Amino acid sequence: MAIPVIYNLRSVRQRPVSTLFTALGMGLVVLVFIAMMALSRGFRSALVATGSRENVIVVRSGADSELISGLGRETVQTITGMPFVARTPDGRPLASPEVYVLVSLERLGGGDALVVARGINPEAFQVRKNVRIIAGRMFNPGAPEILVGENIVGRFAATEIGGVISFANRDWTVVGHFAAGGSAFESEIWGENEQFMPAFRGEVFQSLTFRMRDSGAFQSIRQTLEDDPRLPVDAHREYDFYANQSYLLTRILSFAATFIAGIMAIGAIFGAVNTMYAAVSARAPEIAVLLTLGFRPLGVLGSFLFEAALIALLGGLLGCLFSLPLNGIVTSTTNWQSMSEVAFAFRVTPELLLRGIGFALVMGLVGGFFPAVKAARQPVVQAARQA
Amino acid sequence: MKYARLVWVNMTRNKRRTVLTTLSVAAALFLFVSLRSVNTTLADAREVGSESRMVTRHAISIVFYLPESYYQWLVTVPGVRSVSWADWFNGIYRDPRDFFPNFAVEAESYLAMYPEMVIPEDQKRAFLDERTAALVGSGLMERFGWTVGQTIQLRSPIWAPDREWPFTIRAVYTPTNPSFGDALFFFHYDYLYEGTSRRAQPGWYVLEIEDPALAAAVAETIDEHYRNSQAATKTETERAFQTGIVTMYGNVGFLMNAIGLAVFFAILLLAANTMMMAGRERTSEVAVLKTLGYSDRLLFALVLAEAASITLIGGLLGVFGAKLAFEGTGFQGLGLLPNFQVKWATATAGMAIALCLGLASGIVPAWQAARLPVAETLRRVG
Repeated sequence: MAIPVIYNLRSVRQRPVSTLFTALGMGLVVLVFIAMMALSRGFRSALVATGSRENVIVVRSGADSELISGLGRETVQTITGMPFVARTPDGRPLASPEVYVLVSLERLGGGDALVVARGINPEAFQVRKNVRIIAGRMFNPGAPEILVGENIVGRFAATEIGGVISFANRDWTVVGHFAAGGSAFESEIWGENEQFMPAFRGEVFQSLTFRMRDSGAFQSIRQTLEDDPRLPVDAHREYDFYANQSYLLTRILSFAATFIAGIMAIGAIFGAVNTMYAAVSARAPEIAVLLTLGFRPLGVLGSFLFEAALIALLGGLLGCLFSLPLNGIVTSTTNWQSMSEVAFAFRVTPELLLRGIGFALVMGLVGGFFPAVKAARQPVVQAARQA
Repeated sequence: MKYARLVWVNMTRNKRRTVLTTLSVAAALFLFVSLRSVNTTLADAREVGSESRMVTRHAISIVFYLPESYYQWLVTVPGVRSVSWADWFNGIYRDPRDFFPNFAVEAESYLAMYPEMVIPEDQKRAFLDERTAALVGSGLMERFGWTVGQTIQLRSPIWAPDREWPFTIRAVYTPTNPSFGDALFFFHYDYLYEGTSRRAQPGWYVLEIEDPALAAAVAETIDEHYRNSQAATKTETERAFQTGIVTMYGNVGFLMNAIGLAVFFAILLLAANTMMMAGRERTSEVAVLKTLGYSDRLLFALVLAEAASITLIGGLLGVFGAKLAFEGTGFQGLGLLPNFQVKWATATAGMAIALCLGLASGIVPAWQAARLPVAETLRRVG
């Protein structure tokens, strides 16, 4: 027969301060773990959400980011005329040849940041389904007007509608704000490609994004484009292209999360070991009674492990609770793979909370194991005499 | 000091507990020192920039190039002593993971402007005389096991991505100031220029000025001069330029401090818990000591001393463990944290924190020991 759970619950309540301290210690470890992972997830999901699987992005061959790419007008025209490019009902290609540059803007809190300025054509809003204007209006063709991503608004000067931002020797009026499903586009400034082109680098686009007529045909489309001797280009699925730009920072953040939480966990496990040993030695007589009553040593082992897990569970829950307010907080960093600033939100997902609790349980079980073994191996007579 | 033995005996009575607590404090301090060093490394990166050098870049952003012709005018600006220029080459050695910064520079003027790089005279000559030569930091040489005279290949996704660029290492520099970094790679702008069929243009100009006090005036003059040209400029001191790059990392400092605080409290809770357990076990002993004439104040001090000893030993292990570990492995945060090192100031701060941990965790049991009512306790123990 197993030792009743109520025994553990009562025992834990016997030592409220010790239990609470141990649990809180673990809770802080779980908090740090969840916070770091939420940062990593948030960044990754911003970049992953950027690209669509139905779109193809074309850049100069060998270019790993749009920044260092360049495509001439003929190249763009050749590609948009190809049969696998989807079309609008009135027959125009669903494609957006884009100008992509970085503009140095001053953050409101001080310091400069490199912000993406993307010159698009009006089809861009159809090519990219996740982008929509949430305030103001679309820019007028031929006018020095720009749209500002939701994540830029309020972090840089003059980003409100009607504001005027100066770059490339010209003044640009903000006429609208757009949202893009939490993706990195929300950290960009969009204007008309024909306006941006002369203002920045002259007669050259940086990328071409188009919708595929049949998104299953990507491999053959890529083959066609890359084998064409007229086209010195690389074609990527848009989704993969942006997701790839997240790998470096995601890796760093995940590494930091594991490193920091791992070392903290060592400290917390030692703390749990201390607490459980103290519990075991304080209750030696009780254990002797349990064993005398006929409970198996394995039952005692299980009971103490359960108790350790209980404390850890409390810690895990506390950690999760502390981490919830972080969800949605927007922060920003420079993505060194694209050199541009990306704003993103902490993402505390249910899956992450579960992992946090799992992490706490592992700490509890590891920390409780040796003390539990000691309890189970207690020589009955000696322990009973101590009472 | 005559009580040192008593403290020691108390510490070793429950060896397992003492060792575990010491190790958990060590882990916490290891972490604290690592996080703090990220911040000091970033702060150092700002300091690299000199106040007597200035950087002129394209007004839109650093990714735009400036015409070579600007050189002719820049050298004539009053207050400017000399002018050089550089380009970010973005060269990749073997794999993107082997990242290190590499620059094409106008070599002769650049070297004259950076006395921070100490180069043997014969090597400097050899480097300047050869178009495909490279000047490499001593740390980078060590990292890849390169030798002088060796030829290495870099690929650059920016500049002619489909070919390899061979470089012959002709000179090695050691920095006068560790913050300057010993992992940089320089080569001749002329090589870049020819290798790109003369498409290359300066990425930024570096100006040496006669007096740091002239910085604002020089910046004003230059930026005004080019304001309405095709490539408007932005000129600032090298330090301001570096600071701008460091702020691009975002709020790393805050993140590190927040984690550090969480670590501190987690370990404080654990250490305090241990000390309270130790205190509880010894209630009767404390009563006996009091009967023997130990004063309340002495008992208070003894418990605090024990707690502080544990955390200080743990602190020593953690702080110096971190210092040795990072210096031994040459950790650079995947190239994003060049010159990562644990400074003595950080180590000292770590030890101060260890002491605080000890005092804070010992205060409650120490107070309890001092306030213990003797007669009652002895009666209870029987």
